[in-house]
Amino acid sequence: MAPEETFDAFKQCAVEVLQVDPSKIVPEARFAEDLDADSLDLVELVMALEERFGVSVAESELEGVQTVGQAYELVASKL
Amino acid sequence: MLALSPAPDGTGAVPGRRVVITGVGVVASCGIGAPQFWQGLMGEPPVARERPVTGLDVGALFGPKEARRADPFLRMAIAAADEAVRDAGGTDAFRGDPERAGSYFGTGVGGLETLCEQDRVFMQKGARSVSPFLVPAMMCNRAAAEVSMRFGLRGPCECTVTACASGTQSIANAARLIATGRADVMVAGGSEAPLCELGVAGFANMTALSRSGVSMPFDVARDGFVIGEGAGALVLEERSRALARGAHVYAEVTGAASTADAHHITAPAPDGSGAARCMELALLDAQLSADEVAHINSHGTSTPPGDLAEAEAIHKVFGWPGPPVTSIKGMIGHTLAAAGAIEAVAVALSIEHRLIPPTAGTKNVDPACGLDVVLDNPREWAPGPVVSNSFGFGGHNGSLVISPPA
Repeated sequence: MAPEETFDAFKQCAVEVLQVDPSKIVPEARFAEDLDADSLDLVELVMALEERFGVSVAESELEGVQTVGQAYELVASKL
Repeated sequence: MLALSPAPDGTGAVPGRRVVITGVGVVASCGIGAPQFWQGLMGEPPVARERPVTGLDVGALFGPKEARRADPFLRMAIAAADEAVRDAGGTDAFRGDPERAGSYFGTGVGGLETLCEQDRVFMQKGARSVSPFLVPAMMCNRAAAEVSMRFGLRGPCECTVTACASGTQSIANAARLIATGRADVMVAGGSEAPLCELGVAGFANMTALSRSGVSMPFDVARDGFVIGEGAGALVLEERSRALARGAHVYAEVTGAASTADAHHITAPAPDGSGAARCMELALLDAQLSADEVAHINSHGTSTPPGDLAEAEAIHKVFGWPGPPVTSIKGMIGHTLAAAGAIEAVAVALSIEHRLIPPTAGTKNVDPACGLDVVLDNPREWAPGPVVSNSFGFGGHNGSLVISPPA
């Protein structure tokens, strides 16, 4: 999967879970401040990403994840 | 309400504190919103073994993320509560200290549909895939909590779970909090969304449900209840506060009581003794004698033993045949924990419109019940005190006395 395709798939999951406009899903977007997403929203997003990409993300790996870019890198590093 | 002498431990009513209804909201299969609901009660009932609510639009009430996660029981509760608050004057109803304002919302099974959905996810995809929002979506107190958060109410926020008595007992408990000085304004009601496959199967296998699909309370041919869904909500306020802000007063909650049959987990005590005692205590609470009651909004679910037991209880308290009785379950079916709350809205509207809605679906009153059941058309009446009953699996009996404003 090319990086653009991977990010598009990531974006689809984020839009579905967070119900935000796709244009808001950019690497620098902060979950809490820009996307109104709390820690449980993030858990649900990670579950959707795990299913979409067939990867596994441990809860401890989510510590410090505050932006879309960080979450994307976390998933992409496992592909 | 609660005119009994103040209890020595301080839990009794505070003399002079009265509780009035200043807002109503309802989501029912015969109409969404109080005017539509009232008109719907006058229509022809469907023949259908389930009475679902259709066409509820919560787009204005929930953001897209919240709407996706909100169980139907929550959607209906919030739609009813929002209408009741708007009806009571919007946020003006909560003027003053937010710690003196609260919410009280009952349900029987909470977010059952969400639970069933997530159980399917669990079985198909495993534990890792279960939604982190399952617990807050299914918990029975979610509606009460959501109302509190939505309007910033920081006083009492509770949920009574007593099966089909939940709606009535939630209103009674909320009214008591006001009468005893714990709160000045409460949003109170009940909500139920049991129409997922598992819920319907459970009731069907108890042989509680009607096979004919006709809900006909007190009819000689009644064959069980027709399962419905919905929500009802009231804004209850301490009377002098409501009058001071110029609120419209629909009615006054003048009495309430709660008893148990202590007999059987699903069957009512056949002589109606627990229900009779409940009505008597509610009248005592309201300082009314039985002959002052002008109407009974009955539990009347259309089950053979339940309707007969309620009829016997009514005769014990009110004689033969007793005041005019109606059951709106003929139209909307049995909405379980929402029933008492929707019926309280119906009582407020009956007082407002000076009309008792008919018991839709009922044609021939069972002589064994022997009640003055309002049939076919709404009946004009001079509003007086109304007793509204709800009874739940577990032997729970709840009665409210709702009187015209005075």
